[in-house]
Amino acid sequence: MNRFDYVRPTTVEEAVKAIGSAANARFIAGGTNLVDLMKYNVERPERLVDITRLPLEGIEEHEGGLRIGALVTNSTLAYDERIQNRYPLLSSAILAGASGQLRNAATTGGNLNQRTRCYYFYDEATPCNKREPGSGCQAIGGVNRIHAIFGTSENCIATHPSDMCVALAALEAQVRVTGPGGERRIPFAEFHRLPGDTPQYDTTLKADEIVLSVDLPDEGFAGHHTYLKLRDRLSYAFALVSVAALVRLDGNTIGEARFALGGVAHKPWRNAEAEAFLTGKPATRESFEGAAEIVMREAKPQSENGFKIELARRAIIRGLTQAASGTPQSQSDKRIA
Amino acid sequence: MLIDSGSPGAPATIGISLTINGEVRELQVAPWTTLLDLLREDLDLTGTKKGCDHGQCGACTVLVNGTRINSCLALAVMKDGAEIVTVEGLAKHAGQDGAMHPLQAAFVERDAFQCGYCTPGQLCSAAGMIAEGHATSREEIREAMSGNICRCGAYTNIVDAIEDVMHAGAAR
Repeated sequence: MNRFDYVRPTTVEEAVKAIGSAANARFIAGGTNLVDLMKYNVERPERLVDITRLPLEGIEEHEGGLRIGALVTNSTLAYDERIQNRYPLLSSAILAGASGQLRNAATTGGNLNQRTRCYYFYDEATPCNKREPGSGCQAIGGVNRIHAIFGTSENCIATHPSDMCVALAALEAQVRVTGPGGERRIPFAEFHRLPGDTPQYDTTLKADEIVLSVDLPDEGFAGHHTYLKLRDRLSYAFALVSVAALVRLDGNTIGEARFALGGVAHKPWRNAEAEAFLTGKPATRESFEGAAEIVMREAKPQSENGFKIELARRAIIRGLTQAASGTPQSQSDKRIA
Repeated sequence: MLIDSGSPGAPATIGISLTINGEVRELQVAPWTTLLDLLREDLDLTGTKKGCDHGQCGACTVLVNGTRINSCLALAVMKDGAEIVTVEGLAKHAGQDGAMHPLQAAFVERDAFQCGYCTPGQLCSAAGMIAEGHATSREEIREAMSGNICRCGAYTNIVDAIEDVMHAGAAR
């Protein structure tokens, strides 16, 4: 780990000032990803700004929904009664990820800002455009079983590893941030970005901005939801493919359906055309197959991850079926509902 | 003092206060010292194990303010003011005067280890998990303990031991 200096502000204003006063400073809260990246020399901050003393720990009622402070831990959030009752998709997705110990330390803001788990990104002996812009991408044509099938570029095929963010994308949360330019709210779909020519940027958060909260809208689709996560082992593994699905039914007709995929792109992947296709359709397997087909049209496999195309197609169908039938996937009983 | 950063111009160590296994300790730490390294290298509390050092194996699990975390991914300086319980203090923390913690006794009774390297982490993790109160069924225990790897494969007996303690209602 490199040497760095350490500051511990107590106000958001001080924190923003502290991040702007060193060339390569990083905020740290749970540290579960950043400390690990520092051990691999992937991150070499000159300064760490410890934000754990900032007053960003609450979950509050806000505009009919809930405002989740950036420092709320994954465990606190997943087990919060209001989240479990009103946004069970979010609770389920969080509990599908990491381990008990990690969820106790990891925070809401940190989850949004975690980096990819691409092997090449983690290995400083190999080129990686995300770690070292312009050096190349060895995942393309290399070991890429875990990599993206949507939204890739010739520079980067990494995925965003979060489960929580897949649920937040489907729920259409907003990310409230602040910095020298003032406070702003970023729609969740615009928070993470595709790699394009600048894969070093995972998000649209500016270097001197800090996440204050994640704001959930009032509609939580508590009756018809699921988080279905498919992976190499049944617990404590990143998704190969995951689906966060939400459905509003009028009788057996779909009033609204939303679904986001995890493990397949540089950001939680949604497809507006596929979701619109479902509106007004009966909640049947045929409808879900139609939606899956629209999504998968855009899929582009790499040398080792072609299996994700069929896996994702089936996961969409199963996820929408689980959501529509009100039988969400359990995160402890591993049989697929 | 305890750690030589070996880096010219590196910042001075920072004074922190930790309560470790019930004892208040005033310490000087370099900011890059993990809680795990502080415990093992500076305080000689070697019960807490360094397995992967990347948050993947759970051997370094300790309780911080009653909550189980991976001490390898925690910077000691950030835990200023916290109460830390390691496997050495687990029994005392549960009010067991000179005796083993109920989980320790159950692990012995159920033969819940072979080499024992993961055991301190398993014990602290199980104590934290029981305090969390979310897992009740065997399946839920297995899921909640998935952050602790046992390469000897003693999982079945580990779950048996935890179930014994949970059902006895004696764990804290």
